[in-house]
Amino acid sequence: MSDHLIDLVDISKSFDGQLVLDEMNLYIRENEFVTLLGPSGCGKTTTLRIIGGFETPDTGKVLFNGADITGLPAYKRQLNTVFQRYALFPHLTIAENIAFGLKIKKKSRDYIRDKIKYSLKLVNLEGYEDRMPDSLSGGQQQRIAIARAIVNEPKVLLLDEPLGALDLKLRQEMQYELIRLKNEIGITFIYVTHDQEEALTMSDTIVVMNQGYIQQIGTPEAIYNEPENAFVADFIGDSNILDGIMIQDRLVEILGTRMACVDAGFGLNKPVDVVIRPEDVELTGPGEGAMDGVVTSVIFKGVHYEMEVEANGFEWLVQSTHMHEVGAHVGLRVEPDNIQIMNKPESEDEKAVELDV
Amino acid sequence: MKKAFSKVYLLLVFLFLYVPIVIMMALSFNASKSRAVWAGFSTKWYEELWRSASIMDAVKNTFTIALISSAAATVLGVLACIGIMAMSRRGKTVTMAVNNIPLLNADIVTGLSLMLTYVFFGISLGYGTIVFAHITFNVPYVILSVMPRLKNSSRSTYEAAMDLGASPVRAFFAVVMPEIMPGIVSGFLLSFSMSIDDFIITYFTKGAGVNTISTMIYTQVRRGIVPSMYALSTILFVLVMVLLLITNFAPAAKSRDDSKKGK
Repeated sequence: MSDHLIDLVDISKSFDGQLVLDEMNLYIRENEFVTLLGPSGCGKTTTLRIIGGFETPDTGKVLFNGADITGLPAYKRQLNTVFQRYALFPHLTIAENIAFGLKIKKKSRDYIRDKIKYSLKLVNLEGYEDRMPDSLSGGQQQRIAIARAIVNEPKVLLLDEPLGALDLKLRQEMQYELIRLKNEIGITFIYVTHDQEEALTMSDTIVVMNQGYIQQIGTPEAIYNEPENAFVADFIGDSNILDGIMIQDRLVEILGTRMACVDAGFGLNKPVDVVIRPEDVELTGPGEGAMDGVVTSVIFKGVHYEMEVEANGFEWLVQSTHMHEVGAHVGLRVEPDNIQIMNKPESEDEKAVELDV
Repeated sequence: MKKAFSKVYLLLVFLFLYVPIVIMMALSFNASKSRAVWAGFSTKWYEELWRSASIMDAVKNTFTIALISSAAATVLGVLACIGIMAMSRRGKTVTMAVNNIPLLNADIVTGLSLMLTYVFFGISLGYGTIVFAHITFNVPYVILSVMPRLKNSSRSTYEAAMDLGASPVRAFFAVVMPEIMPGIVSGFLLSFSMSIDDFIITYFTKGAGVNTISTMIYTQVRRGIVPSMYALSTILFVLVMVLLLITNFAPAAKSRDDSKKGK
């Protein structure tokens, strides 16, 4: 018995001759918080719209609980969507907005009234029944949009960059709000965003996409700590991405310096991409690290200082709570298990980013 | 100095535009039949309108034709807009260009060709042919005033309605229609005034014995000086002006209201 709630099988879609999704395969389990993450134009929103029934794939199938729903129109699907721009009905009150789906399903008046109350409580907006959408702030409107979707008790809630229009503080609040909601009502969330921090904070599973391809699927920890390719490493957080040569198991040569690492199985003298997170680079006194360098810039970022260190012809990004003056000579050291080794992309398609390091 | 000049200029423009109409209106209240002598204020020409069965008939025709044709044109026009929205970009451009042709086409050409078409297919001219002709020239006006609204209406609210279980038709009536309502209303009012206002096309497509206000005035005035026709013209002018004022100010007031709420 498979626990897949939604299966996307060989989905391709193009608009005006431009391929947006290329034979994509993805499954989503029940009660999972899945985030589709990628830059704009990567196909994440198209994927969501195909699941929601607003686009029909050119090829491939959408399965829901094992049943083919590829041709089923949006209004017959057991899913609800929270749209990017809230899409509240401006001529209806908050209560009427929330009741919209229930009225179509011909629920009783009492049931609808209870549901409105319950859902407004769930999104912390009790007493807003008779307000008009225009009179609410962006964050409040988004909560109403969520309430309007969840009163229908969908199996899956689709969220299309729902926090994109909100300011940073509100966005962070809403992230916790969403996690709480998800735990309270226990349904599957499919969340689309280009914000890696949002994805890391909320998801059970992150699907990193680029140019119509899935780059990596994994838990937030796995995506952050063990990116499978340079695109994922570059997109998720700041990184130093370098060309390296895997001399042998557990030994890699970067910028002419051999460093110990923990990866194995790449073969001998194999060219690889190496990712080192800026917070994993330790600055020491000159001569004490694996290589020496000169600090070229320092920016105070609040929790830490962000420094650029020129060493062996490479501009290293380093984050540290200790500041080193511009022009200071320092040594660079990296713990072996903080060096992430990745295969070089095999095809042009996978080589999705120009590495500007 | 410059300001004064621009004011004088504007005054002149308005004088040229409206003095003739004001003269006609004044004469419609003249007790004398003369166009040169003011014999005192009187409403007898208006009273005469009331007594004339054929004139009252023309008034009734004008209104029913305007009502039927603008209502039909509004429905057709809105449907057309929905269809046009579903077209490709190229299709849209072509259709909108074609839509503009009847607007720019000389009325006399439209009227003449409609009459020829009726005759060609053996349709006898009368009340019905006027209605059809008016629907024909009104549809483009409706499309022109509804289309921008529909283009600006958010696709996401329509999708949200379907997402919540509404069929496309229900979603249209529940969500899209209220949003484009100002466009529909102004399209209807515009067609209504165009229909009331029309002379040439009506003249060509009407049968014998059927008259609207404008064709009535034309036939009467040809026969001689009839001050009651000044009265009828005055009524027509005031009517059309009121309609135009509503058309222009109703949507504007609405959108001003919207922008205020948005802030």
